[in-house]
Amino acid sequence: MGASQTHSAYKYQDLMTKTGFSLEQIKNLHYRFRQLSENNETLSRENLENIKDLADNPIKKQIVEAFFDKRNQHQNEMGSFEEIGFEQFVMVMSHFRPPTPKMTEEEKLAMRKDKLHFLFNMHDSDNDGKITLEEYRKVVEELLSMSGDIEKDTARGIADAAMLEVASTNVPNMGPDDYYEGITFEHFEQMFKEVEMESRMHVRFLDVDTRTIHS
Amino acid sequence: MPSRTGSHSPTGFGRGLPERGLLLLAVLVLLEGSVLPLGAASSPDISHQANSDSHKKADGGHNITKKAFPVLSLDYQHIHIPFEISLWVLLASLMKLGFHMIPRLSSIVPESCLLIVVGLLVGGLIKLAGEKVPPVLNTQLFFLILLPPIILDAGYFLPIRPFMENLGTILMFAVVGTLWNAFFIGGLLYAVTQIQPANPSDLHSLELLPCLLFGAIISAVDPVAVLAVFEEIHINELLHILVFGESLLNDAVTVVLYHLFEEFSSEGTVTVMDGFLGLISFLVVALGGVLVGAIYGILAAFTSRFTSHMRVIEPLFVFVYSYMAYLSSELFHLSGIMALIACGAVMRPYVEANISHKSHTTIKYFLKMWSSVSETLIFIFLGVVTVDGPHSWNWTFVVVTVILCLVARVIGVIGLTFVINKFRIVKLTTKDQFIIAYGGLRGAIAFSLGFLLEKNHFPKREMFLTAIITVIFFTVFVQGMTIKPLVELLAVKKKQEAKRSINEEIHTQFLDHLLTGIEDICGHYGHHHWKDKLNRFNKKYVKKCLIAGERSKEPQLIAFYHKMEMKQAIELVESGGGAKLPSSMPSTVSMQNIQPKKPPPAKSADRTLLQIPKGREEEIRKILRSNLQRTRQRLHSYNRHTLVADPYEDGFSDIIKKRRLMELEKKIKEMSNYLTVPAAASDSPTMHRARLSSGRDTDFKPAQQQKGNKSCPDPQSYGVKPATDNVPTIQVDLASPQSPDSVNVMDEFGRGDQEEDQGLMMKPPSGHKKPGEAEGAREQQKLTRCLSDPGPGGDEDEDEPFLP
Repeated sequence: MGASQTHSAYKYQDLMTKTGFSLEQIKNLHYRFRQLSENNETLSRENLENIKDLADNPIKKQIVEAFFDKRNQHQNEMGSFEEIGFEQFVMVMSHFRPPTPKMTEEEKLAMRKDKLHFLFNMHDSDNDGKITLEEYRKVVEELLSMSGDIEKDTARGIADAAMLEVASTNVPNMGPDDYYEGITFEHFEQMFKEVEMESRMHVRFLDVDTRTIHS
Repeated sequence: MPSRTGSHSPTGFGRGLPERGLLLLAVLVLLEGSVLPLGAASSPDISHQANSDSHKKADGGHNITKKAFPVLSLDYQHIHIPFEISLWVLLASLMKLGFHMIPRLSSIVPESCLLIVVGLLVGGLIKLAGEKVPPVLNTQLFFLILLPPIILDAGYFLPIRPFMENLGTILMFAVVGTLWNAFFIGGLLYAVTQIQPANPSDLHSLELLPCLLFGAIISAVDPVAVLAVFEEIHINELLHILVFGESLLNDAVTVVLYHLFEEFSSEGTVTVMDGFLGLISFLVVALGGVLVGAIYGILAAFTSRFTSHMRVIEPLFVFVYSYMAYLSSELFHLSGIMALIACGAVMRPYVEANISHKSHTTIKYFLKMWSSVSETLIFIFLGVVTVDGPHSWNWTFVVVTVILCLVARVIGVIGLTFVINKFRIVKLTTKDQFIIAYGGLRGAIAFSLGFLLEKNHFPKREMFLTAIITVIFFTVFVQGMTIKPLVELLAVKKKQEAKRSINEEIHTQFLDHLLTGIEDICGHYGHHHWKDKLNRFNKKYVKKCLIAGERSKEPQLIAFYHKMEMKQAIELVESGGGAKLPSSMPSTVSMQNIQPKKPPPAKSADRTLLQIPKGREEEIRKILRSNLQRTRQRLHSYNRHTLVADPYEDGFSDIIKKRRLMELEKKIKEMSNYLTVPAAASDSPTMHRARLSSGRDTDFKPAQQQKGNKSCPDPQSYGVKPATDNVPTIQVDLASPQSPDSVNVMDEFGRGDQEEDQGLMMKPPSGHKKPGEAEGAREQQKLTRCLSDPGPGGDEDEDEPFLP
């Protein structure tokens, strides 16, 4: 018992430095992880998909997929896992930390880039480094998927309009024969240049030890 | 409000001196003319005399002959009240006009200051004429007539999302900040008046409770003044909503404190119980006001569901329900301002989904107009009553008040921000704090509240009034005038003029869902979760009740998209389809750049509402043909769609060529509309509408993605209908082969060839409307709702989705 405790203590330290969470937050997340994975060591897609509250979420699949996406693990790998361990779980969660007041400008920029990458990876499902029209269309379709019978064309129309806008703002001087292949990460960043992503994209992680959470 | 008239200054300048001189002359004449009747109103004996004179004459003549029929008679009494009112309103409006004709003045001095000065002048003139100044800022007029339009305007167009996001901060400032101000100022004033016991002055008779009451009156930040000044400085949204939100919400605190202290100052003692009751009273006042407003808002939304046959009175419902909300809450001494805000904010998303476009414009314009006139009148009246008095100037009291107001505000803001920043993600910087503190302007509400005080309970009433006026003048003049240069100096972030784009909308929604999902995975119910729940509740139950017809099921993204489309279409028609594109779109320039660089004839082809003479068409075709080879390759790389038949390999080259030709031609002729309105379902309504409004046959097809550079589907719009002529069914469109509104391009071009210079006629898709049937009903609705109305350009305020 003592050995495993110290072992997890070391693991927690490691995670803390890697992700920036506090010890309490990591403990809470671990508790939650164990809840979700039914006390297994690894979490599978089914575990996440079975969360009741997620059922109404139109982009549930993308969210679950993001957890299993290797690109979000900051290790320059591609592809996806079958199952993830607690480390990967926390790694993904760390994308949603708010900026701390002590961060320097570069750290804030890095965090911002990080979060935008996360978003980008969610859209760019085929890992080719750009969001093509097809992928963007899929995004819009998913967004509208829970809103009743939406005709495909409407979703398509919206996605096309959005794509056109991105293209026209980023590459305004395309000749008649140029082809805009897809939204690259730079263009994607451009879309959000006025949004303070580091603050927008955050979830409040519990600091205190609450064991009242339920699945 | 002033923002709209801001554009007048350059043109006014260009209009030259004679007009300006005439206008000023007219104003002066009016002033003179208004002074006399206004004075005459309060001295009825003049008209009496006139009457009695004419009577006498009539009597005198009676003995001799029958009295002469009075050809011309003067009866001012008959109309004097409406006449005066109209004169005042006219004066206010002319002043507003006049200020913007003097080009540099309006940029240095905020309008509110100028208006107060005018008020001072008018008041002075009236006094000089020896007449009594009409008591214009008495409570009836001010609270019931002048204030509501301003608040309703603010509430109806309140940007909900930033407001809700910062609600905690705003409440802190409004409640705790105002309380702190009131007690600090009141208490210290009392302390100051008690010093110097050896030198008994007037002030010693001042007791604690009146001081506290005075503190309560003077401590509230005034929404009218804040609006007036902040409108012109365009600071970023966060600061604007913080100060403005605070000024709105502190009304509840002011009401409670005011009544509390007023009650108790007549009794003389306050117990702890009273304090406790006061707290409860505050909750009742605030929440009660919001509840009353929400109820009326829902009523208004519900009513608007049935107005499809009586579009003309739709705006009336909005106004009357809101006013009733205000009056009802004033009836119970609840916070009328919060009721108005709640009413406007609650009813807006539903009402806007139900009413016609014209009604929407009407509401917007009426609100802006009324609030503008109200605001102007308020400031003028402030000037007038200043001249009127009664004044009782006491150096100590006034100076100490002014200083204390400033000090209290600064300390309050700094202290509160320190606490608030612990809970905020986006911290408030020192610059922000400075602006918030500096933006705490006092205004007419404080004065009216002071005016309400009874003389017998408050012997020092006149001194209070004088002090209030001084503080108001100080904040409006000194702070109002200097805030703009300070904002520049401190390089405070300004408001971003970015138009809300479809990308933003998509990603806002995406982010919301994503964050909700992550919260769910984490397992704790954060505020995204509750927001999501509220949205779903809204969608499931509330919208069905309150929104008529099909619109109740429209998801937010699509509603937004259609709104933008409509705006585009209207702007398009407004601009007459001219080469000058609607300038409100940021990407206008880029679209033109993307337009292929063609010789002038082709450029004139860009004006799609014009008709292209046949010879030009030929030229264009020639040019296109030369580009054809490369476009074939483009098609290849772009070709990720399943082709029903792959003609390239099979070498149906001429058919391909012709098709490509027509596509390119079509693209050139398209209006470069930034928002693609593909010929899919969403396209037709816009087209129909546009056609309706433009009233012409030749239609424009809002620009499809230009030249297929974008990975946008030019094929989408050109899904050729199967089974026509001798054209093989080349389906490059991934959309369903029976794309509902797919246009028969071949036919079009064929006809275009034969017919005269009709340019491109975009016929509505005949036949084939399989999935489009459902759309048809919707289109009809949209058609009837969108009557061509060259109304105002888009207002960013309108783009705020409900509970985004």
